[in-house]
Amino acid sequence: MAAEPGSKPEFKQREAEFTTISGQEIEPLYGPEDVDPELEQRVGEPGEYPFTRGPYPSMYRGRLWTMRQFAGFGTVEETNERFHYLLDHGQTGLSTAFDMPTLMGYDSDHERSLGEVGREGVAVDTLDDMEQLFAGIPLGGVTTSMTINAPAAILLAYYVLVGESQGVPPEKLGGTIQTDILKEYIAQKEWCFPIEPAMRLVTDMIEWCTQNMPRWHPVSISGYHIREAGSTAQQELAFTLKDGFTYVERALERGLDVDDFAPRLSFFFNAHVDFFEEIAKYRAARRIWARELRDTYGAKREESMRLRFHTQTAGVSLTAQQPLNNIVRTSLEAMAAVLGGTQSLHTNSYDEALALPTEEAVRVALRTQQIIAAESGVTATADPLGGSWFVEKLTDEMEAAAYGYFARIDELGGMVEAIRRNFPQREIADASFTYQQELNERKRIVVGVNDFVQEDEEPTPILKIDPSLERKQTDRLAATRARRDGAAVESALAELKRVAATDGNLMEPIIAAARVRATEGEMISAMQEIFGTYTESPVF
Amino acid sequence: MTTATARKIRVVVAKPGLDGHDRGAKIIARALRDAGMEVIYTGLHQTPEQIAETVIQEDADAVGLSILSGAHMTLVPKVVALLAAQGVDDVLVTVGGTIPADDIPELKKLGVAAVFTPGAGTDEIVDFIRAGATERHERGE
Repeated sequence: MAAEPGSKPEFKQREAEFTTISGQEIEPLYGPEDVDPELEQRVGEPGEYPFTRGPYPSMYRGRLWTMRQFAGFGTVEETNERFHYLLDHGQTGLSTAFDMPTLMGYDSDHERSLGEVGREGVAVDTLDDMEQLFAGIPLGGVTTSMTINAPAAILLAYYVLVGESQGVPPEKLGGTIQTDILKEYIAQKEWCFPIEPAMRLVTDMIEWCTQNMPRWHPVSISGYHIREAGSTAQQELAFTLKDGFTYVERALERGLDVDDFAPRLSFFFNAHVDFFEEIAKYRAARRIWARELRDTYGAKREESMRLRFHTQTAGVSLTAQQPLNNIVRTSLEAMAAVLGGTQSLHTNSYDEALALPTEEAVRVALRTQQIIAAESGVTATADPLGGSWFVEKLTDEMEAAAYGYFARIDELGGMVEAIRRNFPQREIADASFTYQQELNERKRIVVGVNDFVQEDEEPTPILKIDPSLERKQTDRLAATRARRDGAAVESALAELKRVAATDGNLMEPIIAAARVRATEGEMISAMQEIFGTYTESPVF
Repeated sequence: MTTATARKIRVVVAKPGLDGHDRGAKIIARALRDAGMEVIYTGLHQTPEQIAETVIQEDADAVGLSILSGAHMTLVPKVVALLAAQGVDDVLVTVGGTIPADDIPELKKLGVAAVFTPGAGTDEIVDFIRAGATERHERGE
């Protein structure tokens, strides 16, 4: 029988979870009553305060995002080849992954480095390595991102010196170095020093770059690793922004003017698979940063309030099962990043739950971005989802959740103290365990893992790292050690220690030591003699 | 009930090497604890020597090594050899992480009882460790 005119059709609902991957409840329908009556003011125009709709007025009509694939493995020669390969295939910026010993400040010939050299990134011990890494790449013509934190000042010094050898002065170098040490203690766990001296080193870099490298981003405030460690989207947003505010406060305490350094702070977020939640996260991030920079930290310039970010699709969302499905996941995640207004993007390769990516897998990942840019049509207008009742409501909820966390962190005495008390670490561990339980109970489905499982899968060819590379790198390091002026190294390291014991800026003594081929490990050890080391008391 | 079976199963969850990926290790540690086992989580950046020492000192029934850095073929043999050198040959050694399929037979040849790769359920891991450790207890070790 036909329904009476004006009567409501039956409301059916499947047996399923209608929450985001972070556990946020989603209503069956959103309408005008769900959004703030002063929505237009809260949202604004693209390129205008509070930048909810994007940092620039024309967004991708003006300029596409930078396609920046993270690369690094083996020795500097292999990675240099991969850089040339990516540039030849239309990539527009470089992004360097360092191996674990480099991230932890151990030289390749240190006993703790055994088996790890060149495994998860490229090994860089001395300026000689850095020169080879960027051989044939004019640093004045590319922008480079370097993912390194505790020893960031040393790698920045190497980069400045490579620029110098090419005749490119520091003020002409463009790029980003991650340097976000707070998220290391929270999530990524690659540290060299206790928190306070590590924070001093970050502030030294901000100060030095403000004075010498106007095109450089000295800190990339990163939520990526927080999310990969198992956080929710809300935790990623809140902890990342709070880390950012903490760096701002340290730089202000140093006596810097907020409008001199804040425009060079940039962000790095995850793009997870829950499409709308991610878009809301990016929009909320811009709005919160703009408001706090203006109202709490007294910024006057719009550039200081304008949050710009790099995005990487979620490694944690990739499955080892039926790996080609990861191309689809990565496409959805990349699309969310683009609809959320990212400035640069790394798309993961489909085989990364198995090993470092093969060249073919990297090419598909880059092509994914090119298809979104050239074929999908989403680049024609700024913030295409702005004004969607659903997306605006999610953005508001995301913002409220972040402020909830800010209040809890402030109660603990700020982010550094919250980390010491394991607060963010525990929140993340809880969220990640809850998610795993939901998978176990099949409340959430991951295709190929706990549903639609395929037996007898064909093995996927993976990239093998040649174990002889470790030997090649330690030989290279031995050659540098033999060739350099030992007395000059000794005196540069002594000067580094002397400055470390004062409150002077460490960048100049680090550059001086790098120039005479002191190794990364030697510089870190020298500073550890003054600063000490760090051990966490883990929570689970 | 004998005293051997009444004793709680003791498991060391360890992160050898330099990588900081501890999401999996922490989830497993908690799942084992929730299943009633006594769990000792070593924390990050442990040397094989530190891990072997913890296993021996804690008189563990099982050790789970979580490695996502690609260094498993260097680190796992070291832990196994160090345990053997101390006369410990009855501890259930398991490995978890991004371990390529090709490396699994070689790890098993070394005496690794099981390798859990991405996507493995916590229930599966808990059951495996319980079965192996119970067997050890029943042997009266």
